[in-house]
Amino acid sequence: MAVKFTKDHEWVRVEGGSATVGITDYAQTQLGDVVYVELPEKGRKLEQGKEAAVVESVKAASEVYAPISGQVTEANAELGGEPGKVNSDPMGAGWFFKMTVADAKQLDAMMDEAQYQAFVAGLG
Amino acid sequence: MTDPSLAKTPLHALHLELGGRMVPFAGYEMPVQFPSGIVAEHRHTRSAAGLFDVSHMGQLRLEGRGGPAQALERLVPGEIQALKPARMRYTVLTNDAGGILDDLMVTNFGDHLFAVVNAACKAQDIAHMKHALEPTIRVTPLPDRALLALQGPQAAAVLARLVPDVATMPFMSAAAHRIDGSPCLVSRSGYTGEDGFEISVPNEDAERLARKLLAEPEVKPIGLGARDTLRLEAGLCLYGHDIDRDTTPVEADITFAIGKRRRSEGGFLGARTILKQLRDGTERKRVGIRPEGKAPAREGTEIRDASGAVIGRVTSGGFGPSVDGPIAMGYVATAQAQPGTPVMLLVRGTPRAAQVAPMPFAPHRYYRG
Repeated sequence: MAVKFTKDHEWVRVEGGSATVGITDYAQTQLGDVVYVELPEKGRKLEQGKEAAVVESVKAASEVYAPISGQVTEANAELGGEPGKVNSDPMGAGWFFKMTVADAKQLDAMMDEAQYQAFVAGLG
Repeated sequence: MTDPSLAKTPLHALHLELGGRMVPFAGYEMPVQFPSGIVAEHRHTRSAAGLFDVSHMGQLRLEGRGGPAQALERLVPGEIQALKPARMRYTVLTNDAGGILDDLMVTNFGDHLFAVVNAACKAQDIAHMKHALEPTIRVTPLPDRALLALQGPQAAAVLARLVPDVATMPFMSAAAHRIDGSPCLVSRSGYTGEDGFEISVPNEDAERLARKLLAEPEVKPIGLGARDTLRLEAGLCLYGHDIDRDTTPVEADITFAIGKRRRSEGGFLGARTILKQLRDGTERKRVGIRPEGKAPAREGTEIRDASGAVIGRVTSGGFGPSVDGPIAMGYVATAQAQPGTPVMLLVRGTPRAAQVAPMPFAPHRYYRG
């Protein structure tokens, strides 16, 4: 299933009605070493564009926004002990949380990979 | 492109070549990290040797008839008159209220004193010293000199290949040495808690010396990000954060910056307040803090006691790569300053458990001969 991206460097991958959310390789490079991730608890309702999680690098804390609206079904328990997975595998093992998809139309309006890469290239 | 309003050190081009991520700091464009990243650079410094560009800091020369030590003692609580030749010490510039204007290292080079001050305070410190000391004592900034720090357990082995004598230099001593033909001032000192050296080198020789050191297998370039995590683990203050005009050296728990004789004699700006605090204690004290769990608590975080009353504030906080967890320092009410005292930290509105902790978080490994 295709991955979609936000201007705030979150990605969302939908498979069978379940969405997995993380941050992109560009984001993890900008952040530097991730030392702690604060994840939303199961059941929490998220609104597109509102704060969903916090990722802490050595120097600072950054907000991670919900790319779509829905409800959290699972948080990545591995990030507690190994926050560095966000740096080493941001699109895979470094996923943040899974959620339901409240409105699939929100995905249609989001950037695909090619559009996101063009967006990042333009950031300079 | 480089922000044209920012100053550059003589190593700026080298930093770019090495892939440094450049950020503004105290009016300079400095590398916060290199491609390795802050955690790797920090760990490398504690296991091998890290090379830091600290040329943004202010280097000064004080001299005058009869020697500058007695005059400088009007501005600092440190023991400067009895500071032996080739020895250096840490002290602070104080104001009338006993607050700290800057912290600095002072070295006795016989016919003059050599001082290193913080980059952000450089201009004010020079003006303050000139105003108080000139014309009898000349205060001369040395903008023609760069400053490198080589820190870590392998630093001595590395530098000794260039200057054999440094191997046995005592901690907190300094000497003039020709390195590769360049007239340098080398001190055994630093800001990491590790053994290491700080090298004052003429600007025109700085890049060559840096490249020579980086060519040694143990040495990697280290940015300001790791410089901060290293000094925080070492329990060392950062001016403008852990110490400032509103903190006295007694509150800041840096009374080693106050000489024994000075405690009875005074004779420096703010002596009345400082001597009184040495006698009677202070209402607050700088302490180490260890958050429970993994969430860092950053500068500005409110510290509360078990009942929820605000008892202080974090002044520096983050992640300690060598202790693999969050660490912080801050001020708390003196009654709660004992190591082991449980406190609460308000992180993003949520109270998180922590304890007052002894510092340093990582043991100091200074050279003891």
